[in-house]
Amino acid sequence: MSLPFIIIAFVTLFAAAAAMSLRNLVHCALALTVTFAGLAALYLNLDAQFVGFAQILVYVGAVAILIVFAILLTRSGDSPNQAVLAPGWFYGIVISATIFTALGWAVLNSGALPKQILAAPEATVKSIGEALMTKYVLPLEVIGLLLTAAMIGAVVIALKEPAKTEDSGRKS
Amino acid sequence: MLGEQIIKGMAVTAKNFFGSYVSKERLTTVQYPEERLVPKENTRQFPFLVYDGDDAEKGLRCVACQICEKECPPQCIYIIKSKDKKPDYKGQAQVYPITFDIDISVCMSCSICVEVCPFESIKMDTEFELSTDDRFEGLLLHKKDLAKSNSHYHKVHAQDAKDSDAALAVEKAKAEAKAKAAAEAKAKADAEAKAKAAAAAAAAPVGAPPVPTTPPPASPNK
Amino acid sequence: MSEQIHHAFEAFQRLTLVEKTDQLFVFLKHLILVCIPESLQPLVSGLLSVVLIMSVFPGIFAIITVIERKGLGRIQNRYGPNRVGIPFTKIRLCGFGQFIPDGIKSLTKEDIVPRDADKIVHFLAPIVMLIPVLLAYAVLPFGKNMTVSDFDAGLLFFFAVGGAVELSVFMAGWSSRNKYSMLGAMRAIAQMISYEIPLILSAVTVVMIVGSLKLTDIVAAQNYYTLGVAHWFVFTPWGLVGFILFFIASLAESNRCPFDLPEAESEIIAGYFTEYSGFKFALFFLGEYLGMFAIIGLGITLFLGGWTAPVSFLTFIPSYVWFLGKMIGIVFVFIWIRGTLPRLRMDQLMNLAWKFMLPLALINILVAGIWHFMCPDWQRWLVCTAIIFGAYVVLGRGLMGNQKLGKRTYRFAE
Repeated sequence: MSLPFIIIAFVTLFAAAAAMSLRNLVHCALALTVTFAGLAALYLNLDAQFVGFAQILVYVGAVAILIVFAILLTRSGDSPNQAVLAPGWFYGIVISATIFTALGWAVLNSGALPKQILAAPEATVKSIGEALMTKYVLPLEVIGLLLTAAMIGAVVIALKEPAKTEDSGRKS
Repeated sequence: MLGEQIIKGMAVTAKNFFGSYVSKERLTTVQYPEERLVPKENTRQFPFLVYDGDDAEKGLRCVACQICEKECPPQCIYIIKSKDKKPDYKGQAQVYPITFDIDISVCMSCSICVEVCPFESIKMDTEFELSTDDRFEGLLLHKKDLAKSNSHYHKVHAQDAKDSDAALAVEKAKAEAKAKAAAEAKAKADAEAKAKAAAAAAAAPVGAPPVPTTPPPASPNK
Repeated sequence: MSEQIHHAFEAFQRLTLVEKTDQLFVFLKHLILVCIPESLQPLVSGLLSVVLIMSVFPGIFAIITVIERKGLGRIQNRYGPNRVGIPFTKIRLCGFGQFIPDGIKSLTKEDIVPRDADKIVHFLAPIVMLIPVLLAYAVLPFGKNMTVSDFDAGLLFFFAVGGAVELSVFMAGWSSRNKYSMLGAMRAIAQMISYEIPLILSAVTVVMIVGSLKLTDIVAAQNYYTLGVAHWFVFTPWGLVGFILFFIASLAESNRCPFDLPEAESEIIAGYFTEYSGFKFALFFLGEYLGMFAIIGLGITLFLGGWTAPVSFLTFIPSYVWFLGKMIGIVFVFIWIRGTLPRLRMDQLMNLAWKFMLPLALINILVAGIWHFMCPDWQRWLVCTAIIFGAYVVLGRGLMGNQKLGKRTYRFAE
């Protein structure tokens, strides 16, 4: 464990804790953004440039803004008065700790995990691009199609109904 | 086609940009402290007191009549009359102001004082650079700041000064004519009285006392 | 160590005079680096580059603010600032000393934070604005061998850090607790997200042709000459369209006129930085201009050949001079546009982005693909130009057809 990793991990965890426990929702969203940025820094620390920058571009640049807009458009700016912790917080922690332990145990003992640490694969941007365009071109196209369909759906939902508006326009 | 008008607009602004370096007529800005516009004929800022001749004390036209003080809408003029008198331009003995203050922080440049002054002694100046770092004393102009020569008046408002000089000359001529007429009348009366006396003496040489005729006309204040 | 210095000098001596002027800064940095212990070298190397960027670009910013005011003045037939020169002397330098009192003013002004503002976020916003903008300079090739950190995914890095600016705009607008700030932030984010798409898509064409996200590779791909004319991408059909799209989108990304809705003075005071004063305001101002320079620098790198000379006989001019010259030239065009065009309305802004620039950028990607696979002769010029011209006409008609221009009617109060 290197010093940069420790610093990044600490900041990321701290920001994640803040995102859960702050009262003001916008503050939570901003803390979450710091968490995203911290994750990106972890990827970069592992020499995964493409994933790291894509993480920043998508999560910090787009998802965080989306979350913030969602908060602003759905709620008033006042922070709620109820306590941060739910009444049953103790049981919650116990249950989540149990699940975490079980999952961790299962992962560590699974046969799929390589026993010795492999050398870091050479994952340049170029090789990622070539893989996406040759080996994984079908999944990529399917994802593209799915996203396009989703976007068209969103546009259709957002469109005004033309017949009605024209009628009302004529009447008024 | 899309974008055509943008190109046209860009050409116009480019023409303005380069034109402003070539032709001076495009730049209407007057770079004030170095360049100045010639003030308009009727420019008026704050009043000043006109004096004739070279001596501000002696030639001051103001006779402390206090009409301007009373008429001033924001009441920014303050005058104290003198106890003694001094001769004015007509030679008449007149009181003069010991103190004549104008608070130009109050003055609104309405020029009513100029209009009501019967002695052509208060006029509007074109001086506007009166800013000061002392907003109480610095903006209160005293008699010595306000007194400016007639030649200054000629410089700032040539036509008005000419008119005002002409009016004063007419006044002076009138006063002189009046004085002359009075003197003549007196001389005539004297002569008449003399003649009468002579006639009486001729008619009654016995030495009847001479009858006093009409009293001499009130002498002009000389 | 003296041997290393000697080696460095020897290598420098072997260069021609043109190359010497070109590589002067690289050599100086190298010279400093060999003089210090090896363990400190990465740190000092980074520090030197950062100090250079932190001094050169804010310096250009300072001059540009004056040039902008003077240029706008001349466009409007005014003088613009022409008073302040060297302090305590009568030398006026045509007003180019104006930035010194401006800087002193913003440094000494009271820093006002609104009572209801979210203090921490309000404080952080200008910093969050400035840091990504400065980070973006890390990948730009300012000259031959003059890139701070030349990574593989340089272009991606640039767009990724650019995304963080939106967050700072939101932070500034939201934390001020001011309706104008909030409106400005909303407008700014909507505009930035909308124009980021044509911006990135127009850059994608270059990546397709070059086959690399590394900015030095992109410059190298443009650094050769045929008949003395450089192979800049702007001299190809797809490159020209890409450059124009990139140019318009970068105007919008840097909130410049005619896309200055987020800070429309006449409508919403100053937009998201309405409630900022003193040095925080200056930071926003600086961040905006540095962002503009950075995005112009990227545009130059992608389409205008980066630090290369346009014609081969001008290659004796040092590469960094070319880069900065091109950058300042485009800033002049930005100022010129600011002096010419009025501000767009919100719906016009969105129509332009989504109904004109986005389809054209997508068609341009197709054209770049055709260009890449057709054999390099006059036919591909013809085909590509025809496709782009047709698309331009059709999309332009579509954009203008919606306007329903008619005779303007006026209604007056009675």
